[in-house]
Amino acid sequence: MTTLAIILQVAANMAIAKMGAGIGAGLAAIGAGIGIGRIGGSAVEAIARQPEVSGEIRSNMIVAAALIEAVAFFAIVICFLIIFV
Amino acid sequence: MMRVTKLFTLLLILLMVCSSLLRANDETTGKNSEAPEKFNVGKLIFEHIKDGYEWHIFKVGQTHVSIQLPVLVYSTHSGFHAFMSGNFHHGEEMYDNFKIAKEGKYEGKVVEILADGSELKPWDFSITKNVTSLLLSIVFILWVFLSIAKRYSENYARAPKGIQSFIEPVILFIRDDIARPSLGAKNYERFLPFLLTIFFFIFINNLLGLVPFFPGGANLTGNISVTLVLALFTFTITTINGTSDYWMHIINAPGIPWWLKLPFPLMPIVELLGVFTKPFVLTIRLFANITAGHIVALAFYCLIFIFAEFSSVASVGVSVISVAFTIFMSILELLVAFIQAYVFTLLSAIYFSMALEKHEKHAELH
Repeated sequence: MTTLAIILQVAANMAIAKMGAGIGAGLAAIGAGIGIGRIGGSAVEAIARQPEVSGEIRSNMIVAAALIEAVAFFAIVICFLIIFV
Repeated sequence: MMRVTKLFTLLLILLMVCSSLLRANDETTGKNSEAPEKFNVGKLIFEHIKDGYEWHIFKVGQTHVSIQLPVLVYSTHSGFHAFMSGNFHHGEEMYDNFKIAKEGKYEGKVVEILADGSELKPWDFSITKNVTSLLLSIVFILWVFLSIAKRYSENYARAPKGIQSFIEPVILFIRDDIARPSLGAKNYERFLPFLLTIFFFIFINNLLGLVPFFPGGANLTGNISVTLVLALFTFTITTINGTSDYWMHIINAPGIPWWLKLPFPLMPIVELLGVFTKPFVLTIRLFANITAGHIVALAFYCLIFIFAEFSSVASVGVSVISVAFTIFMSILELLVAFIQAYVFTLLSAIYFSMALEKHEKHAELH
């Protein structure tokens, strides 16, 4: 009985690891979505207040979005490593 | 006229090299000659993302047409070997005790099979697909920018013409929107060559990676070794140009309570880690953005073939959506190519300006 339990656990380990990778990737997407959504919202609001600086606001928004996406990509790279390495 | 001649000679050399290397290889007989192989999405995507020892151009029916690239290995066991990767026959056969490992730790890489059957990984200096793409993009970049520079030296203060009028606004954009605001009017000229080089290198290689046919299509900036080297350039220049104020701010940051520095130097350790995470983040950002974009675009494209497994009618129907999505992803990838080059250059400029900072007055802080 215990050998069966051990074998099942070993078999489940790989599957649980892959599920963990999937959940991690989803959480990374949520994090990036929330962060970049907030940036986009504030940027559009700022443009509505002062339309003549919309160019500068747009550049700053894109820079901040790229920085946040980098953090999300960290999580994606870890999930890839779980699945394929 | 000179430029046309140079272009012509370049194309001629390229054609000669290609025709000597291009070899149409038949599919290996025996293994898969009866049933066509089931379509493997993961394999196709990873073949396009990863580096390889040959450059696959297209497939006509059952014959592959690919450019064979030189394999240069130095084995500690048997010395230096140089041969063309066509001898591997797409990784099926062994040549001179070397073969491309199918599984295990060195999967996809050239290993040497010793007499007792074990694998030994040699020092690999091969001209792989990424190295060839790097050399081709270097030739292209040099040709573009040397012709622009020549036009400046010959016709200074004339209206720009040709490729100069295409590239000059971008150069001015980098100078006026990245270099000068970050580095200040005094220092920006020193770092401008590096910033320009790194911007155009990343941008042009990103764009070449999006082109699906030769000479594009090799995922160079999605190779983590390449982005690591670029980030190390930034790191080296930052470290070399760091003033004493820069290092003092890392070791002994002002305005922080003393109990974070003694007895256990918590803040100096955190700041020192910050010095090393900056190039690491630069590496991962560029690598992950470009590779993820390629994977998504390829996955949309592979939808057609996945549906073809079910029925050919479904695949025709899916192909409309799939092509639309692939075009959308490619347009997004164009934007990402520019944004990633811009962010890399901007962050490098910011790190340089942080390294060069000098405090004039210390009175209010200490």
